[in-house]
Amino acid sequence: MSAPTSTLVAEAETQQTQPEKRRGGQWRYVGSKLLGSFGALMFVLVFNFFLFRVIPADPARTLARNRLVSQEQVDELTRTLGLDQPLHQQFLTYLQNTFSGELGLSFKYRVPVSDLIIDRFWPTLLLVGTSTILASLIGIYLGMVSAWNRGKVVDHMSTGSSLTLYSMPEWWLGLVLIAVFAVGAGPIPKLFPVSGLHSTDVDPNSFVGGLDTAWHLTLPVITLTLAYLAEYSLIMRSSLLDEMGEDYLTTARAKGLRDVYVRRRHATRNALLPTFTLAVLNLGFIVQGAITIETVFSIPGLGLLTTEALEVPDYPVLQGTFLFFSVAVILANLVANLLYGWLDPRVRS
Amino acid sequence: MSDTTLTPRRLTWQRRRQSAGRTWKQFRRHRTGVIGLGVLVFFGLVALFAPVLADHSGIEVTEATGGVLEGPSWEFPLGTDQNGRSVLTLLIWGSRVSLLVGLLATAISMVLGTLIGLASGHYRNFFGAALFRITEWFLVVPFLPLAIVLATLLGRSLLNIAFVIGVTSWPATALLIRAQTLSIEGRPYLERARALGAGDWRQMSRHVLPNVMPMVFANTTLTVAIAILSETTLSFLGLGDPLRVSWGSMLDGAFSTGAITTGAWWYFLPPGICVILVVMSFTLIGQALEEVYNPRLRDRV
Repeated sequence: MSAPTSTLVAEAETQQTQPEKRRGGQWRYVGSKLLGSFGALMFVLVFNFFLFRVIPADPARTLARNRLVSQEQVDELTRTLGLDQPLHQQFLTYLQNTFSGELGLSFKYRVPVSDLIIDRFWPTLLLVGTSTILASLIGIYLGMVSAWNRGKVVDHMSTGSSLTLYSMPEWWLGLVLIAVFAVGAGPIPKLFPVSGLHSTDVDPNSFVGGLDTAWHLTLPVITLTLAYLAEYSLIMRSSLLDEMGEDYLTTARAKGLRDVYVRRRHATRNALLPTFTLAVLNLGFIVQGAITIETVFSIPGLGLLTTEALEVPDYPVLQGTFLFFSVAVILANLVANLLYGWLDPRVRS
Repeated sequence: MSDTTLTPRRLTWQRRRQSAGRTWKQFRRHRTGVIGLGVLVFFGLVALFAPVLADHSGIEVTEATGGVLEGPSWEFPLGTDQNGRSVLTLLIWGSRVSLLVGLLATAISMVLGTLIGLASGHYRNFFGAALFRITEWFLVVPFLPLAIVLATLLGRSLLNIAFVIGVTSWPATALLIRAQTLSIEGRPYLERARALGAGDWRQMSRHVLPNVMPMVFANTTLTVAIAILSETTLSFLGLGDPLRVSWGSMLDGAFSTGAITTGAWWYFLPPGICVILVVMSFTLIGQALEEVYNPRLRDRV
């Protein structure tokens, strides 16, 4: 599931206890973040390489598992994978291939994995992007409302439902929504399609096709939004509560500013910083939400590609999507760090 | 407690008992935490007494007596599944696997996270820095894709799935423990220990570890919640032990046999609700413990 909020707290504390990079300005900050991301990227590459080649005792045989293969075919596979080469040579070849976009052939579809990933990328982006934007906006608003009404009924209701949503497997929520709104339960009629991204009789590139896609995506987007709303609202609430004890708010109030103004102009702006970082960091966790939600709603994105590859098992596809998801998260982290440094001068100087 | 028998060991234990009592007293003040504990005890008892509550033959497909996806009745209070087994029986036996995998995975994750966090906070040299980097990198690798890949490569069994969840969820704990270790190591009594010639192992095990233990404890309950959710998700994707029933594999069965589209709510609602209840109670207990151990949080909620 999603990262516990304590992780963020721990990270913040770690940053506080590391005062070494104080001087050197923003270029040094950017440089160190770039270097860190590069390190993480190399780590993922090495990890991906070893995971699929070294852990199975005989990769060629593992790759051919569950399928009828002759010894010649295994030998052939060994040669194409370069498994008869020394390990460092294999690793160099792997690096070269990965950087030139060659991720191998899918067992199931018999096409290059990179083509599959490019094909399946847009539905995922549409689903994840829309849900992230909606979840962060609504979540931040709910967090603000409950922080301002701390201890009142609104707060208890908001925190309670956030906690319930947080404890729920997001795909189960999707199943329930399908049962209620796509199949129809009791007085509720069948409102949305059960699965898929397009109707078969509509051209997806026309205007009607766009509306049709939106209609198909409504339930999945609602599911992901609800699933990730909770985290934003809980973080926004706690960071606003942290800010509300600060002295500068007392000063603002002492100057005679109205409460509404103090909250909106002073407290909210500062409280948005940690929430914003979470929003970008969360992209990585939403990616895994996309895996299950796409499976439940049969949306032909990267997530469905991954779970379909499980059945074969289609190792090149699994390796490719794993690499893709990891790189996406590393990039999201880098962007979050750079933006955070730009928004909050205290971080970089 | 007569003064003549008050050896240092006894004194330590007496103080530990007192401190545990204080913790319990403070914990009891958190209504939500106590409710969570109650729910958890209930599920723990169900899992423990599963053989008494429902006969094991009820989960054998060959011995099923009901019809296909039958609605709730006196004989089957929660209906039947696609094989005619009682959903209630599956639910009771499923609690065992879900809780067991959750606890096993958490144990692995806690041991790894605590050891790596302690070491990376304690050693101020290349070794510590390297451990910290590795932790950070592991935190970046998205959990579910990694777990899927590992589970596919290792094969499907109860121990493997616990192992997969354990080795993919330790970095958060390690970071938390590291931060805590760094703040404890700055205190004078550790300087004193070093001056008296305490080695790395003694410093870590006798001075730092006892002080981070409360944090580890609070974090454990939160990790169990995440581990159980992960187990459910992985089993739903068909990566769980094929020979055992868990709440996740029940939901997988419900999804793949079309219980969702045929409106067989008795099959897919109960496992989900059980997962929510267990995960929520672990989270509530964890939050209450965090507040007990971290006074700074107390006035926040």
